[in-house]
Amino acid sequence: MFAIEKKDTTLLLIVAVLTMCAPFILNPFPTDSAMAQFNAGYPDLMQRFVIFGIFAIGFNILFGLTGYLSFGHAAFLGVGSYSAVWMFKLLSMNVIPAIILSVIVAGVFALIIGFVSLRRSGIYFSILTLAFAQMSFALAYSVLTPITNGETGLQLSLNDPRILGTSVSADGGIPVTSLFGLEMRSTYEMHVGPWLFQFNAGYYLCALLMLLAFYISIRIFRSPFGLMLRAVKSNQQRMSYTGLNARPYTLAAFVISGMYAGLAGGLLAAMDPLAGAERMQWTASGEVVLMTILGGAGTLIGPVLGAGFIKYFENIFSKINDNVLHSWFSFLPDGLEDLMVTLVHPFVGKGWSLTLGLMFMAVVIFLPGGLVQGGQKIGKLFRRKKAAGHRSSTATKPAE
Amino acid sequence: MSKMNLTRRGVIKTGAIAGAGLAMPTYLSAQTQSGYTNAPNGDTVTLGFNVPQSGPYADEGADELRAFELAVEHLNGEGDGGMLSTFSSKVLDGTGILGKKVAYVSGDTQTKSDAARASAKSMIEKDGAIMISGGSSSGVAVAVQGLCQEAGVVFMAGLTHSNDTTGKDKKANGFRHFFNAYMSAAALAPVLKQLYGSDRAAYHLTADYTWGWTQQESIQAATEALGWTTVNNVLTPLAATDFSAYITPVLNSGADVLVLNHYGGNMVNSLTNAVQFGLRDKQVNGKNFEIIVPLYSELMAKGAGANIKGIVGSQNWDWKVESQMGARYTGTNAFVQSFGNKYGFPPSQAAQTCYAQTLLYADAAARAGTFNPCAIGEALAGFEFDGLGNGPTLYRADDHQCFKDVLVVKGAENPEDEFHLVEIVEVTPTEQVTYAPDHPMFAGGALGACNPGA
Amino acid sequence: MDAIILQILNGLDKGSAYALIALGLTLIFGTLGVVNFAHGALFMIGSFCAVTLQRILSISFQTVDPSKTDFLGNPSTFDTPYVVHWFGAEVGNGIIDWSVPLAIFFAIPIMIAIGFIMERGLIKHFYKRPHADQILVTFGLAIVLQEVIKYYYGANPIQTGAPEMFRGSFDFGTLLGFDPNVIIYPYWRLVYFGFAAVIISAVFAFLQFTTFGMVVRAGMADRETVGLLGINIDKRFTIMFGLAAAVAGLAGVMYAPINAPNYHMGMDFLVLSFVVVVVGGMGSLPGAVLAGFLLGILESFASMTQIIDLIPGINQIIIYVVAIIVLLTRPRGLMGRKGVMEE
Repeated sequence: MFAIEKKDTTLLLIVAVLTMCAPFILNPFPTDSAMAQFNAGYPDLMQRFVIFGIFAIGFNILFGLTGYLSFGHAAFLGVGSYSAVWMFKLLSMNVIPAIILSVIVAGVFALIIGFVSLRRSGIYFSILTLAFAQMSFALAYSVLTPITNGETGLQLSLNDPRILGTSVSADGGIPVTSLFGLEMRSTYEMHVGPWLFQFNAGYYLCALLMLLAFYISIRIFRSPFGLMLRAVKSNQQRMSYTGLNARPYTLAAFVISGMYAGLAGGLLAAMDPLAGAERMQWTASGEVVLMTILGGAGTLIGPVLGAGFIKYFENIFSKINDNVLHSWFSFLPDGLEDLMVTLVHPFVGKGWSLTLGLMFMAVVIFLPGGLVQGGQKIGKLFRRKKAAGHRSSTATKPAE
Repeated sequence: MSKMNLTRRGVIKTGAIAGAGLAMPTYLSAQTQSGYTNAPNGDTVTLGFNVPQSGPYADEGADELRAFELAVEHLNGEGDGGMLSTFSSKVLDGTGILGKKVAYVSGDTQTKSDAARASAKSMIEKDGAIMISGGSSSGVAVAVQGLCQEAGVVFMAGLTHSNDTTGKDKKANGFRHFFNAYMSAAALAPVLKQLYGSDRAAYHLTADYTWGWTQQESIQAATEALGWTTVNNVLTPLAATDFSAYITPVLNSGADVLVLNHYGGNMVNSLTNAVQFGLRDKQVNGKNFEIIVPLYSELMAKGAGANIKGIVGSQNWDWKVESQMGARYTGTNAFVQSFGNKYGFPPSQAAQTCYAQTLLYADAAARAGTFNPCAIGEALAGFEFDGLGNGPTLYRADDHQCFKDVLVVKGAENPEDEFHLVEIVEVTPTEQVTYAPDHPMFAGGALGACNPGA
Repeated sequence: MDAIILQILNGLDKGSAYALIALGLTLIFGTLGVVNFAHGALFMIGSFCAVTLQRILSISFQTVDPSKTDFLGNPSTFDTPYVVHWFGAEVGNGIIDWSVPLAIFFAIPIMIAIGFIMERGLIKHFYKRPHADQILVTFGLAIVLQEVIKYYYGANPIQTGAPEMFRGSFDFGTLLGFDPNVIIYPYWRLVYFGFAAVIISAVFAFLQFTTFGMVVRAGMADRETVGLLGINIDKRFTIMFGLAAAVAGLAGVMYAPINAPNYHMGMDFLVLSFVVVVVGGMGSLPGAVLAGFLLGILESFASMTQIIDLIPGINQIIIYVVAIIVLLTRPRGLMGRKGVMEE
């Protein structure tokens, strides 16, 4: 099916089912329970999961296949966001032109930066991409403020022309982003007993695009082009001895992954029309590197897992304050309750980054292949119980 | 099952409908019926406190969160009631807001527009927060204010000092209690004239982002009105940690005043560098060289240590203001007592503005009789109050900015303890810091229509 | 002319910090082949060694002073540091005043210990792993280290002054025949520059003139062969890591009076120091030092008003512009060796 191998089709179908059912899967706890804190099934976070999933999938096409470690990919996400917001300001609130433009602009940007940076390899390449991205960030934050609105980030306003739409909506506000009239923020709420599930139009748009992005990435991984990219990673010298010039291939991979980043940036803006300069900062570039390695570089699904993992910690753990802790441990006797709160306190709320740092170390120490390897281990455990012998795995193997 | 479509509706002024919504069984979403986002339908109402918990302003954020927690306690009738007893409006009685117990959620803005919006969105979408407050930077305040406007909840800004928050980026759903750069400049000008005379040449170092620019513009305009000249204005990168390369040209520029339009770590470093290079001991044009930091806080004074001695700046509030400047600033001591007893140190100005904002929101809801953001907006617009520590204050209807006295402060020469690093020089009365709503520094934006959400 | 001399002085100072951090980083790169993203955190911990020593020396006992009241109306207390109590006001306050220079002796054992623990406990297991894994684990470690510091010391910068006698500034211009008050420079920055020069020379001398250094240099060039010769290179690499940590830590200790330490200062320096190392050329110690000073000085020049007026925003991006130009014209940085970290 889909002109891909059976194994990959299974993976694609699993991912499709998971993303489509995410509102259920991510909200396992009833709304009123103490564990509701861990629910992640609200539109904004679900959108972020899949958008950063797209970003990481794209990054992995470059890094996972060719081994070129770009430390400036956030710049493409940033320009994607800026172009999308400008489309909303100038043209209309329809997300399609915005997303298309953001992919194109990011692609052009990637072509220029890639063309220059790919003249070097290894860490020299990484530092070149880093330098370009940091330049974009610094300029967007300061001198380019007329285009980027600097520190605050580019926002929509009531004075925007929006030549194909309206500057001001009927009730005097700024119009909202939509797909031919379907508002990105419209949400269908389903109450089942104590549970609440939210189905958001914007999320499903992002999810469909992620599936498409994922499918394309599978095709690239399994194509002769993908094979060529792996050759670049394993031995570029031998490749050039056979008379092949690696540059066009790596540049193509660079531009493709830049376009993925632009798509992610455009979607971020389509879900929430604001583009902040810090999207381009090196920490943002570093984040996608971490996502990819954490999930498992070179695997198909790994980057998506890594993206979800980091975004989950950032959004869920930072919101656990002492009040919440007390409510969790309230069943314990007073002294013990306070003790537990004191023990857990450093790791949640403002300590969320500490937990994230510890998780990075734990994953890389115990699961050298990233989260995907963890999944495979669990998978193996299951299979051993069921029946020995059959070894085909749904999780993909690393590129090398 | 019910369908919620988050389209913008017209302003529905519906205390009655809200009441009907509340009567709905809890498993039914009352949103459609109530006519506004996140109408509370249980016996609690949830507020969202979005403060920096990581990044350079984490300590300031922690202090804001303390103040929020204290405010929630007082609203729910716990603790000593703090400023509730001095607040001029007596609607709040310690039984929560409109009979609902106040609950809160907290989040991390990271002092990044993106992260702050994500955090605020999760409060609105997941936790059902009906009001968002907090923050320690203007970029974040403007970004979150925009989000709250779109989502149809009220935004009660925390520490944000840029003119834009209630100027070109003002929003109908957003309200600011904190003062702004224009007010700092207007308050400082007479004191500067008195201290340093009207014949001075100023050199500005300005953080290269929107807040820095608006402050520089305001100070330059105010000081030039005194007769000062502006020698130069140099923009410094936000990421700069060592300002020596920017400080040294000041030495030979002929300027006799250095204005540091920096905040937080930038300010601590640039001031430290300036003092290291001996600017404080310098004589130029026969006058003592002076340094001015238009906006600073207790935390920054602490970070700057001995370097802050004698440096003039402005503040929104100070914990000593009632005992030193008289009963006009009533509420201050009550707040300091209750904050100090709970946490062991006096509150910062960021804490005070967040505490006051929470009380003001609660009071407006109680007076309006509903949590509908539009009704609350009406209750806040043009509201005159007293007893929250700043003296008589007006929440102006035109731009949702509070107008009140501004403190001119100075770094103490011989602080008796770490809580007395800043001393109050003078209080500039409200009239002197008031400006017309269409003042050019604030022009270019519109409140727009209030948005109650779905 | 005076402005140019001033900016060179400023640049030397910034360059000293860059060079010291980059030196350690490139040592770890070169000898161990490890990309250490926690190196900025080591610099930060060095600064906090100074803060910590100052706090230890200032440990006080409280005496109630009934004549005054604190902000809550309770009788106030005042603190007397034990060192003042023991040694008298003059000596005691003098010791506290000198806490930053004293912290050098405090920081060396601590930093070496941290280096050893890091290498033996964590880095050792990553020699054979891909660079990506090294980045992930050291980045995680950096976050953990800085969060621990934030937990105990808060996020606010902590002013840690130089000794009283170094606080002023010194009229450098008169030495060169300029008018007085034209070129003045803080004493402590001169101290910092001198200190950096001593440390850098010591590291070079150590590598150049000791057998240990010779082995390490051989190991940098060809690790396998050195191992085959029966030399226990691992043990030496551990010592090397401790040394690199100590250099970064000392850079941090002495930097504390220049910029008040805060928990994320390591991250601020991390990216810059990577750029410095790469511009200098991978695996080249002189390259790292040269690039450190070069970038420091150019950054200072780019901050001059005349230049900003000419090219707006140049002060924001100068380091990156230089990095791009250098890397495009010299494929392996200023003094990089072929084949190091190029695959």
